[in-house]
Amino acid sequence: MTATRPTLHPPHAERTGTVRALMRLRTYVGPAMPAIYASMAAYLVAQLIALAIPQVLEAIVDGPLADGDRDAIVPLALLVLALGAGEAAMFALRRWLVIGPTTRVEARMRDALYAKLQDLPVSFHDRWPSGQLLSRAVSDLGLIRRWLAFGLVLLVMNLVVIVVGAVVLISMSWMLGLVFLACSIPLWIVGYRFEGRYSEVSRRSQDQSGDLATAVEESVHGIRVLKAFGRGKHALSSFRAQAEQLRSTEIEKARLDANIWVWILIVPAVALAICLVLGVQLAAQGELSVGQLVAFFATAAVLAWPIESIGFLLAFSLDARTATDRYFDIMDSENAVRDPERPAALDAPRGELAFTDVHFRYQDSPERFGDLLDGVDLVLRPGETMALVGLTGCGKTTMTALTTRLYDVTSGSVTLDGVDVRAFRREELRRHIAMAFEDATLFSASVRENVLLGRPELTGDAAADPAVAAEAERVLDEALRIAQAGFAYDLPDGVDTKVGEEGMSLSGGQRQRLALARAVAAKPAVLVLDDPLSALDVATEARVEAELRTVLASTTALIVAHRPSTVMLADRVALLEDGRITAVGTHSELLHESEHYRFVISSLEDEERRAQAEASDLIDGEGLESRPTASVATRPAEQTEPKEAIR
Amino acid sequence: MSTVNGVQGEERDEYTKAESRWIRRRSLRLLGSLLHPLRAQLWVTMAVIVVSTAAQVAGPAIIAYGIDQGLPALMRQDWLPVGLAGLAYLVTGAAGAFLIAWYIRMAARVSQAVLIDLRTRVFLHTQKLSLEFHESYTSGRIISRQTSDLDAIRELMDEGINQLVRGLLYMLFTAIALVWLDWLSGLVLLATLLPLVALTRWFQVRSQKLFRRSRVASAKLIVQFVETMTGIRAVQAFRSERRNERVFGDLVEDYRDVNARALGLFAVYNPALNFMGYVAVAGVLLIGGFRVADGVLEVGVLLAAVLYTKRFFDPMEELAMFYNSYQSAASALEKISGVLEEQPSVPDPAEPVDLWTADGRVRFESVEFAYTPDRVVLPRFDLDVPAGQTVALVGSTGAGKSTLAKLISRFYDPTDGVVELDGVDLRRMHPKDLRRAIVMVTQEAYLFSGSVADNIALGKPEATFDEIVSAAKAVGAHEFIEGLPNGYDTDVNKRGGRVSAGQRQLISFARAFLADPAVLILDEATSSLDIPSERLVQEGLQTLLADRTAVIIAHRLSTVAIADRVLVMEHGRIVEDGSPADLIGGTGRFAALHAAWRDSLV
Repeated sequence: MTATRPTLHPPHAERTGTVRALMRLRTYVGPAMPAIYASMAAYLVAQLIALAIPQVLEAIVDGPLADGDRDAIVPLALLVLALGAGEAAMFALRRWLVIGPTTRVEARMRDALYAKLQDLPVSFHDRWPSGQLLSRAVSDLGLIRRWLAFGLVLLVMNLVVIVVGAVVLISMSWMLGLVFLACSIPLWIVGYRFEGRYSEVSRRSQDQSGDLATAVEESVHGIRVLKAFGRGKHALSSFRAQAEQLRSTEIEKARLDANIWVWILIVPAVALAICLVLGVQLAAQGELSVGQLVAFFATAAVLAWPIESIGFLLAFSLDARTATDRYFDIMDSENAVRDPERPAALDAPRGELAFTDVHFRYQDSPERFGDLLDGVDLVLRPGETMALVGLTGCGKTTMTALTTRLYDVTSGSVTLDGVDVRAFRREELRRHIAMAFEDATLFSASVRENVLLGRPELTGDAAADPAVAAEAERVLDEALRIAQAGFAYDLPDGVDTKVGEEGMSLSGGQRQRLALARAVAAKPAVLVLDDPLSALDVATEARVEAELRTVLASTTALIVAHRPSTVMLADRVALLEDGRITAVGTHSELLHESEHYRFVISSLEDEERRAQAEASDLIDGEGLESRPTASVATRPAEQTEPKEAIR
Repeated sequence: MSTVNGVQGEERDEYTKAESRWIRRRSLRLLGSLLHPLRAQLWVTMAVIVVSTAAQVAGPAIIAYGIDQGLPALMRQDWLPVGLAGLAYLVTGAAGAFLIAWYIRMAARVSQAVLIDLRTRVFLHTQKLSLEFHESYTSGRIISRQTSDLDAIRELMDEGINQLVRGLLYMLFTAIALVWLDWLSGLVLLATLLPLVALTRWFQVRSQKLFRRSRVASAKLIVQFVETMTGIRAVQAFRSERRNERVFGDLVEDYRDVNARALGLFAVYNPALNFMGYVAVAGVLLIGGFRVADGVLEVGVLLAAVLYTKRFFDPMEELAMFYNSYQSAASALEKISGVLEEQPSVPDPAEPVDLWTADGRVRFESVEFAYTPDRVVLPRFDLDVPAGQTVALVGSTGAGKSTLAKLISRFYDPTDGVVELDGVDLRRMHPKDLRRAIVMVTQEAYLFSGSVADNIALGKPEATFDEIVSAAKAVGAHEFIEGLPNGYDTDVNKRGGRVSAGQRQLISFARAFLADPAVLILDEATSSLDIPSERLVQEGLQTLLADRTAVIIAHRLSTVAIADRVLVMEHGRIVEDGSPADLIGGTGRFAALHAAWRDSLV
């Protein structure tokens, strides 16, 4: 018994890690524990039956066989059969009992991980590639489930069985029993040493497969770039390098595995060889009956699997520990963007959005850099449309992300109707403020579901009510009209066509318009649009802008703008420069007052010069004045071939 | 078999017999081709495992010898037989142990070699498959082929094969030893084989369907998971967390349900095996016991027969486990072989034409393009772009501009007609030549994990650092890159969310600049740039495009200023074609577009 101690309760403090790490699973495993205990009990009964069968053998050998009593053999053989049936039934029970509970633990942990990841702020996701998250959600949790159902049950119970078996062996012959046990001691020592090395390699291997998964994802998501540059081979070579690393780790793992197997197999062989010689000698001296000798070897045979399995089960437990650590790496991540304990609430926000002395820096930004946002002060009056203008990378997108707490300010505050956005529950805040992003993400769902994403009350089960369905239809129509996304009706299944990764692929402009429709459909008090029209052509952009004006008349809006045309939507313009708002005013005011603004927004001066030069050189100077109408007769393509092409 | 060709019918639960046979053959062929190069190692591995298993099986026979021969001899003070038995037990045990360790290491080498081969093949093939395939098959599925399916195969190779080979050999040797020791006991064992086979057959049929369903369920789970994590901003901004949790929860429950059913099957199969083992033991005991009582059989032999009979069934549980991993791996292999069977719709030529240095003349000759026969995107047209010309493609969204660009870069092949570079059909060019000559920059500026410099160097892997910097300078990206925490060494993945869309475009522009192609296609490549950056890029473009052919798609007509020629497209047709000045001066669509655009600049 004491020989088993080092494994589960090692003497050194830092070695307690494995058990303590696995104990963290308790929160989730709790409800499954009774089933796991019951399964352990069933397994123990099964093994005790297995240990009883050699006793029957002994009875047969020393009884009927020695006496030549044929009739007595039959009931004893039937007893063996009955015990066997019992053992099989217990084995079935052992498995059946844990199926439901442990798969439910796995499902619960998976749901919890997903919920946690959705809750964690964007800054977390900036740091964690999705491949690493995926390997935790799928393979690590599968491994933990298998460990709970088999590994844990077998590890604990096999130790018990070994102890019981040892007692049985010693009671048969203390000398043989002791020899057998003494010989297993090296096994515990080796297993104990094995633990540290294997866990290190095992963690490395799991991390490397996570990295490999990330490489695969990138090669698929970036396929257009790889194809455009013909860099498939190049990507392959770096993928290969990673795969080779994983391979050598796996081979290292196999080496450790092979070493422990040597011990696992050789120790019982030595023990049994000694027992054979010793046992035969004891039998020759008459200290042991032949039946007892037979029973001894039959018992040793029963014990062979529990003893052999310890090494494998230890390795399994270490894998499970690694998986558990990786799981809790995420579950322990502190979410700095939390809901307040006593949240504020606004029934009908007026939509006053204010930035007061807002500072922001990314956590891992080096100290030599100043804050990205370095004291932003800006007030959007209710109903006002404010354009946000500044150089690429000056923090405009970051500023928009602060409004819905995708990130939290480093210091200062963002307020909605005078209430700090951090005082709201995020759910409520994001109901009041809707966003459209420049890189428009659509999900694998219908156009309808994507557009009505911000209106859960109009979709799903609620839409069974005809009144709700009609309202949903109206909102959808309106949003698609405003965003000029009427193309959705022409898709194969109209607005029920599935889009996103699993659905139809749409062009960048189409996706952007749907994302805009989504933001509009949310009917927020504040609309935050991050350069929402960048992928649209001029004509479509003009139509969207015309429609947007009606929405923006009644909604507070913050619009990141790169183009004068977008700026024209705004009542006022804010210029973000070196982390501060350096000017606020109308477009024409800023054009007059701010040189930086002219630099950032106006291509007119250059363009004017260039266009006028062209105009005077090539046309007679009136071309620009006489604006042609939009409807022009179509000319056949052939006739439009330029001269140099027709050679 | 057209119904299950390639990835078709992959999501189905049931197949006809002919279809199953087709799929099975296909995956066996794949397996064969993977193992073929390793056959020498495989033979050695086999030999090792045969010897080591034989050594392992010898145990009970040696014990029987020790008891039956050693005991009477020792009564006569003859230590030799029992000493021999002890020594033999020790030697066979030690030999078995070392050989198995050797086997484990060799098996790992073989399986890792197979895995790396398969990973490489799937990766390479995925890269070869055309965009058309990727767009319809979806990234989530192609990713799960390369991750979870390969994991299933890894599990089989790591543990499954080990179990199968060792288990089968063990059973075989055990049966041989038993027959050799006592053929009557062997007969008893043989009698139990029939129900054993029937039971296993039942298990196989049931489990196959379940494992297939399990794969499908896990793939769905993965797609939902990845999509949520990559679109986390939109998820949070639109409060879809709760709804996503419900969707994901349902998928998790489906997956759990399938898994639980499969496990339930095991809970029937394994104990049934176990019970059959005891039926055989009881039979051997009965038949052997009578003969020992009659004095025609030795006790030691009976003990050995009982041990062998019981041991015969031991690996069955492992074999059933093997079936577990085999089923997952088999359906994984079926799907992977399906992906590998997909032919790229834009195939590499068998005998490529040499075109080392291209001048850059692009010609479309009666080209037509349609996704499906009833969805013609580009009706038949001709177009000739002389080397060195800069062409601006203008038109509303969906007019076919991008499709035309994709035909030049051979992301698609025309349905009919020929696209030529310097008089050579693109389909006959070596992909290396083609990609060196023609580069396309799209709006979605994808960055790979790695440094900014790595990302730019993708345009020319052998580029020096100075070349990278001068490419960045040429497109006006140098300043912002210098401003990143580690300059050119900044890891874009770690701060992926922080390199803005415009900055991404600048990086991918620098990438194209560095690649220095004869034909450059810019598909909305400057859409996210702010005006100062665009000004810089425009200046850069003047020099960049001076001596090369360029096709520029841009909604912002500022680009047109640097074009030699403008093509206006509408509904897949080129409706206007001329120099910018001519078109602006005319009364066509372009003149109208240009006027509208100029208005927007105020």
